[in-house]
Amino acid sequence: MLAKLLHGGPRYWAWVTLLALLALAGVATYVHQFQVGLGITGMGRDVSWGLYIGQFTFLVGVAASAVMLVIPFYLHDYQTFGKVVVFGEILAVAAVTMCILFIMADMGMPQRVLYVVLHPRPNSILFWDATVLTGYFLLNFVISTVSLYYQARGDHHPRWLNPLIYLSIPWAISIHTVTAFLYAGLPGRDYWLTAILAPRFLASAFAAGPAFLILCLFIVRRVSRFDPGERTLQTLAKIIAYAMVTNLFFLVLEVFTAFYSQIPGHMTPFVYLFMGLGEDTLLVPFMRLSVILGVVSVVLLVPSRSRNHPVTLVIACVCLFLSLMLEKGFGLIVAGFVPNPLERVVEYWPTPPELTIAAGVWAIGLLVLTLGFKIALAVREQELAVRPQAA
Amino acid sequence: MSLDRRGFLKLAGFIGLVAGTACARRLAGPGSRYTTADGALEAKRWAMVIDMRRFTTAGDTQRVIDACHKAHNVPRIDDVRHEVKWIWTDTFDHVFPDQTHAHLPKALQERPFLLLCNQCDNPPCTRVCPTDATYRLADGIVAQDYHRCIGCRFCMAGCPYGARSFNWVNPRPYVGEVNPEFPTRSIGVVEKCNFCVDRLERGEVVRCAEVSAGGIVVGDLNDPESEVSRLLERHYTLTRKPQLGARPNVFYIVDDNVTGGEEEYVG
Amino acid sequence: MQGTPKNVAAVAIFFLVIAAPHLINLVYAKAWTRPSEDTPRIRALAEKECLESEGWMRRHHMDLLLAWRDAALRDTDRVYQNGRGERYDVSLMRTCLNCHSNRAEFCDRCHAFAAVEPDCWQCHYAPEQVAKEGWR
Repeated sequence: MLAKLLHGGPRYWAWVTLLALLALAGVATYVHQFQVGLGITGMGRDVSWGLYIGQFTFLVGVAASAVMLVIPFYLHDYQTFGKVVVFGEILAVAAVTMCILFIMADMGMPQRVLYVVLHPRPNSILFWDATVLTGYFLLNFVISTVSLYYQARGDHHPRWLNPLIYLSIPWAISIHTVTAFLYAGLPGRDYWLTAILAPRFLASAFAAGPAFLILCLFIVRRVSRFDPGERTLQTLAKIIAYAMVTNLFFLVLEVFTAFYSQIPGHMTPFVYLFMGLGEDTLLVPFMRLSVILGVVSVVLLVPSRSRNHPVTLVIACVCLFLSLMLEKGFGLIVAGFVPNPLERVVEYWPTPPELTIAAGVWAIGLLVLTLGFKIALAVREQELAVRPQAA
Repeated sequence: MSLDRRGFLKLAGFIGLVAGTACARRLAGPGSRYTTADGALEAKRWAMVIDMRRFTTAGDTQRVIDACHKAHNVPRIDDVRHEVKWIWTDTFDHVFPDQTHAHLPKALQERPFLLLCNQCDNPPCTRVCPTDATYRLADGIVAQDYHRCIGCRFCMAGCPYGARSFNWVNPRPYVGEVNPEFPTRSIGVVEKCNFCVDRLERGEVVRCAEVSAGGIVVGDLNDPESEVSRLLERHYTLTRKPQLGARPNVFYIVDDNVTGGEEEYVG
Repeated sequence: MQGTPKNVAAVAIFFLVIAAPHLINLVYAKAWTRPSEDTPRIRALAEKECLESEGWMRRHHMDLLLAWRDAALRDTDRVYQNGRGERYDVSLMRTCLNCHSNRAEFCDRCHAFAAVEPDCWQCHYAPEQVAKEGWR
């Protein structure tokens, strides 16, 4: 299967080279950060988590979204998804890879990361997050690799894979719930101390992940002979429509509780994000853009005509993904630290080295995704050669 | 049940691992052992009372801050993002936001309140640490093991009091006058006030209390005869954010007669 | 296997990679010199003995330091009483480096030979670091 990675057209090689160069830039910058310290990022004593942890949080959601394909197909026999489930699983593998890389990039002493295993503390949610993410990575890696191996021979996947597949369903829910628990149990951080944080995470995950998958499938349709089918895309679009509406609804619920109660601790982070506090307005344009993009995506996704038309669907997915990447991958984390425990505002903005490292991690993730998709597509071709009726 | 060779080896290895771990003791030389120091200051439950009536000017508090930071080689970094501080000051409305209202006496509003790690009974920071790098000692002090810290900064997010600092840069160039009896920390780890646990164990007084001219009193809450217990019995004290359940052990005496004027008691 | 240029080149590169550690050592390896115990404190000692024997210390000093770390930080056991009944403060800087105040001539000699770089010095001061002006 791996040999298939070496056979590609010029567009494939150009894309892989671009990603490799970006990854290299990120790694080189990371080496510098490792030597000089995390001080080259924009984080500080007050906003002690920033872009890295934000992107990690967002990508856990994208990883969990594979379950939106697995449940209909494996649990409810929705045959339409049969051809694309493996792509969802590969996306999960790529997303978890990025999650792990972002965590490593954010650690002050990454060479000590094994202490989480050598000196475990079940009291700490971070311990559980590391456990469930590693487990989810292994699950999806094994499931996708074994499925592809058998698919290439024209066979169905083996029976012993079924328990792992069924396990991946609650496991996917758990990874994002546990990630939400990282934030939702901290008594000093008012913006995060809400029971609805986990449902918000799950709703945005089930919107952002499949939206990204839809975009990938459009690209796959362009660059290969694989056609996921109109019904696949339409069902996925329905899923993300419901998920995004739910996500925006949850946001409204949060805003209501904060502003109807008039409790300053609840209101201040929202005011900071969407209106700014005094002169501290760095995040305002981005958070407003996030809401606008989110609303645009819902306006395009709810009516079936625009949801099913390829152009409007692509626009909706792009808007949705960007909206959630800004909100969950950035605003959510920073607002937890503003104001700080002493009711003071210290703003945060990522620095160029920080952005380069983040871009490098994304490049590595997209590289894993590209290579995984390439193998899956080649296997698909091989399967059609053996079993033409599978088309 | 018959055991083949592989099965036997696996079983033996497992038993060996369990036995080895169970028998693992702290390494000591032939005939050597560990014990606690004579003359160590001990308590069942360490606590601190800060009498804010004795800290009225910035000079009063700066003396205390400088003594602490010098004793522990805390680096002086003038960047608000990268600064490291074990003890510092802020005003009443920032220290006690839940007790603030618009009509506090002006003198109280301007007073510099000392802030440090509260050595909580139920600390959120130790709850979230994934490697047990920060933990509570039996006598109540929340300690930090810089060798174990992986720099994830979860404890910083967990602390409701903003008491913890991270080493964003190598602190060595920023340490002023070196105390050769105490190490520094390295880049990439979190640090905070350690309640002078190293000094207590050698029978020395907590450094900030030592230079505070009676403004800071440290003692054993479990001892009803200790000075902290007697102060707490006599004065109304505030703790920071009590509603969060962390049960801090730093108590502030805030005299309501801050202007020092005469009062008439009715009835 | 044919002796074609590609094969020969491949085998040559393989041996170069395998032998790389030895080739690097030819250039960078340090010779071993015996660590010096000539410090003011040790000269002043009546009986020139460490808390344990030299052989035991050479073998176990790192493990002892790790045990001391946990004893002091986690269990607050700050006194080490050795087999001769002598009591020592469980502290690298205040006990060990008090006598062995010559890091460059003591600790570093064996560590350089063994190509080991313990990161103690990131936090713990060696006395000559403090004593020298402009130590940083």
